[in-house]
Amino acid sequence: MILEPFVLLFIIWHIRKNLRLLLPNTHWNKKLIWAMIGIAILFILERTLPITIVTKWIWHLLILGIGYLIFRLPVLERMRTIIIAVLPLIIINIIKDLLKIIYLPLYEKVDNYLDFAIVFALAWMIAMLIRSNKQNKALKKERQKTLAEEERNKFISAQKEKLELIVEERTAEITKQKDELMHAFNELTNTQAQLIQSEKMASLGELTAGIAHEIQNPLNFVNNFSEVNTELIDELSEEVDKGNLDEVKTIAKNIKENEQKINHHGKRADAIVKGMLLHSRSSSGVKEPTDINALCDEYLRLAYHGLRAKDKSFNAKFETHFDEGIGKVKIIPQDIGRVILNLITNAFYVVDDKSSSAKASGETKYEPTVSISTKKVGKKVEIKVLDNGNGIPKKVLEKIFQPFFTTKPTGQGTGLGLSLSYDIVKAHGGELSVETKEGKETTFTIKLPIG
Amino acid sequence: MKILVVDDERDVKLLFQQRFRKEIKSGALNFVFAFSGEDALSIMKTMEQKAVLILSDINMPGMSGLELLEQIRMNYEKPPPMVMMITAYGDEENRSTAKRLGADDFLTKPLDFALLKNILLNIV
Repeated sequence: MILEPFVLLFIIWHIRKNLRLLLPNTHWNKKLIWAMIGIAILFILERTLPITIVTKWIWHLLILGIGYLIFRLPVLERMRTIIIAVLPLIIINIIKDLLKIIYLPLYEKVDNYLDFAIVFALAWMIAMLIRSNKQNKALKKERQKTLAEEERNKFISAQKEKLELIVEERTAEITKQKDELMHAFNELTNTQAQLIQSEKMASLGELTAGIAHEIQNPLNFVNNFSEVNTELIDELSEEVDKGNLDEVKTIAKNIKENEQKINHHGKRADAIVKGMLLHSRSSSGVKEPTDINALCDEYLRLAYHGLRAKDKSFNAKFETHFDEGIGKVKIIPQDIGRVILNLITNAFYVVDDKSSSAKASGETKYEPTVSISTKKVGKKVEIKVLDNGNGIPKKVLEKIFQPFFTTKPTGQGTGLGLSLSYDIVKAHGGELSVETKEGKETTFTIKLPIG
Repeated sequence: MKILVVDDERDVKLLFQQRFRKEIKSGALNFVFAFSGEDALSIMKTMEQKAVLILSDINMPGMSGLELLEQIRMNYEKPPPMVMMITAYGDEENRSTAKRLGADDFLTKPLDFALLKNILLNIV
């Protein structure tokens, strides 16, 4: 059959192709090329010389041999379909040739059937080839798909890596921000502590001027009465020399009176200083039975003189209404004193402000007044600080106990006074509340348990 | 010759009485004391013998010395009585206000009683 050498060449060519990919072994390549050349030469010879009988069998054996190799060598797996496709055709031809040689009469009998079979074999070959083609196409598609997927996976994993890098960067950023926030928070806590301390110092500073004034008066008396007594003692000596016993007794009485005054005012100065030291010291935290009325009076005077010292035009009226039947109340004097000072200072500030505006607008009838009163109500004592200022608007009222809230211009108030006061009163198991009539007056009430 | 002394510190009365004991004894000086501006005004109304000099502290609760000065000058435009204000050390602003309101002189705390003695004896 003419086909066989072409089939052989085709197969060997494909084998070359496959082997080039799988076994880059040059010596196989060379051998195969020689084989192809040999087959070509033999084919040409077959056409020109009457050697078909021999070459026929060479072709059959070669194909069978190669077919066998293809099925034995796993490396040539791909070629199996070609062999399967051409095999029926080859086998029928071999049978035909065999019969011709072995038993001619049988050959002549079955020749027609064999030709018929060849048609089927051809059909089979074509079908197989078409099928293999289809399979290859499908395989190619599959391969393309797989490649595409691989590409996509590569892309995705590259993206994933990128994302992970970004996430790492972001996490590092966030961690850094967290650290910065922690740092800022610590600074804030420290600053808050400092502010509270400076509020205490500020209220202390307000006291200082008042205290200086307060001390001036008693010191004045101490100096003056002692000077007087020095003179009186000289006079006393004279009268003793003169022998005027009555006069001596009178003078002696005066001296004693004066000394008592000196003592009294000396103690007064002492108390003022002690009060100031008490106020500046951090709270002892210890409750002691305290005369509330005396405490209110002391801080009222201190606040008043303090404000007078700061602002010469300041001149509010103050009134006291003390319940003498209260007795001692168990409180931390510095702390409640600070609260009272804060309320009174606020009250004075407000009425002074209103007074300035009133004067500026020509109104003369306004009398700025602050009054402080104490009253025992059941098991509690109520301390009220009333001012006839402008009252507190509703919106401000909600916020006055909030830390750092102030209606004063910047730099004039820490905004901590009422908030601290509120905390102190609460810590004493008491209540700090406010009532106000807009435009008219405001009352702050401290309620404290007595026992 | 009456001198009205106005100060919210009550011991000022004893101090003046001690410091001027000789003058009071001899009758050279005669003092009346008020412990608030309001008090001073009501005393002035009821005094038989009018005061020749009013000596007043400025820093007082309630009616201040300056307000008292104003009131006095409303009723008595010119001395008598003379009005002298006692000002705190370094209190320039009150000084100038007092001057504007008609104060005749100023004394600073702490009071120099020797100086005061001279001033009072000269007036009286």
